[in-house]
Amino acid sequence: MVGLAIVIGLFLVAVFAPFLSPKDPTLQSLPDKRTTPGGKFILGADEFGRDILSRLIYGTRAALLVGIVSIAIALFFGIILGTISGYFSGIVENLIMRAIDILLAFPYLLLAIAVVSAIGPGILNTTIAVGIWATPGFARIIRASVITIKEADYIQAAKAVGASHFRIIFSHVIPNFISPMIVYATLYMANAILVEAALSFLGLGVQPPTPSWGLMVSSGRDFLLTAPHISTLPGIAIMITVLGFNLLGDGLRDSLDPKLRNL
Amino acid sequence: MINFIIKRLLLTIPTIFGVIFIVMLTIELVPGDPVELMLGEHATKEAVEDVRAALGLDKPLLTRYLMYLKNLTKGDMGRSIRENRLVSKEISDVWPATLKLTMAAMIIAILVGVTSGIFSAIKPNSYFDGTNRIISLFGLSMPVFWVGLVMIVVFAYWLRLLPIGGTGSFKHIVLPAVTLSLPSIAMISRMTRSSLLEVLKEDYVRTARAKGVSEKVVILKHALKNALIPIVTMSGLQLGQLMGGAILTETVFAWPGLGRLMVRAIFARDYILLQGTVLVFALAFVLINLIVDISYSFLDPRVSYK
Repeated sequence: MVGLAIVIGLFLVAVFAPFLSPKDPTLQSLPDKRTTPGGKFILGADEFGRDILSRLIYGTRAALLVGIVSIAIALFFGIILGTISGYFSGIVENLIMRAIDILLAFPYLLLAIAVVSAIGPGILNTTIAVGIWATPGFARIIRASVITIKEADYIQAAKAVGASHFRIIFSHVIPNFISPMIVYATLYMANAILVEAALSFLGLGVQPPTPSWGLMVSSGRDFLLTAPHISTLPGIAIMITVLGFNLLGDGLRDSLDPKLRNL
Repeated sequence: MINFIIKRLLLTIPTIFGVIFIVMLTIELVPGDPVELMLGEHATKEAVEDVRAALGLDKPLLTRYLMYLKNLTKGDMGRSIRENRLVSKEISDVWPATLKLTMAAMIIAILVGVTSGIFSAIKPNSYFDGTNRIISLFGLSMPVFWVGLVMIVVFAYWLRLLPIGGTGSFKHIVLPAVTLSLPSIAMISRMTRSSLLEVLKEDYVRTARAKGVSEKVVILKHALKNALIPIVTMSGLQLGQLMGGAILTETVFAWPGLGRLMVRAIFARDYILLQGTVLVFALAFVLINLIVDISYSFLDPRVSYK
């Protein structure tokens, strides 16, 4: 519940960013650089004199955009691949599973880093990269669900009645894995935001001057000891956002299917 | 059992080939010409063509893939663009550092995670349990690189307890290892807690208690052994997370490992070095998964009969 509140709050902040932020997030004001919080700049200013609070508020857009859209992409392709490989056995299934295993053979960040290195940085490419990173995980989970569902009686009944494969998949198989899928999607969104922050921190994600929390943490590194607020505050924003999604996912899981709690 | 191991090993081989192919494909997509990068802006066209032919870069992707594979068997990963040093030497210089860091983080994660998970499971919904779960949730939500920076500010600057970065003494590994281990501690603790809770509900635990076996023995000897399986699986998976996290942690703490080398390769647009480092990371991960799967089959004999 708290998670839902946080996520909805963040969404509103992102949408109404221009109205909420006291200043223009890209407006530099060099005389004011590295101001500590308080006074003219509520949360202080960064190394170019930009208002941190405004940048934090606008950063919500980047985080939510990448987080949600990338998972949407991953869900789309994951459902397609997972359903096909789970429902139809044979060469196609094997090929897809091999490909997924290979993609899963890359440790956590590596795939996203590799993709961004190839197609270049920027918010759109970051979204694609994170989407590609999340797809194999979804495909695998969905495939496992589909395999279980396939054996159910009502599927056999539908086949006996003569329903086409297409119809069986859409009307019977997919609706049955939707609820655990929503849980996974939410939890994956939390991680997607972390991956975006990591990519931006490494300079591979969102590019300046677009505000991104990961980018803000990275640019504050040079002044870590003199002006720690530049790096610390965006990190807190990331943490609250990810926490919100995690809480939401946990809450959804507890209400939808207590059996999943072991995750 | 042996059959299972052999089958598993055989499955790994096409995976390895696939990984190498994907890495090459990704590098292929990178814009920019490595040869022009190597020779600089003022190189003549003939020089560029000559070097390109010498390196075999004018051949189609498939040919280059096979050439790379052939070279790999000899341990040759090419030379880095920037400094023209052997990639294999660059990598072999740094990977022990990453190994040290990852192992240290893994040990911390297992020790702290399993212990806190056990105590949480013994007294569910107590203050300890509640606090543990909240801390775990935070641990999973904090970005690794940020935690590292905060640790530096608090422990290295304010308290002056530990060094800021680099290597040298035991003190140098503490901060990076702890930072790296935090998300894994959270996951392992959660897993231990839920797995142990499940097991403690089982009949044989009730029987042991009814027999009069002391609670400590019940937990340690009977329950834990059976709860271990998902915990081991989770720990194995965490190694992959740790490797990814190592990339960030090494950058923050200037730890001279494979992750930092890779990040430097990315920024230097040194594709050959990048190819080598990404490959080593991925192959290490494949190897670890293989070991985890095989040891899993020892813990749960049912697996090998599939």
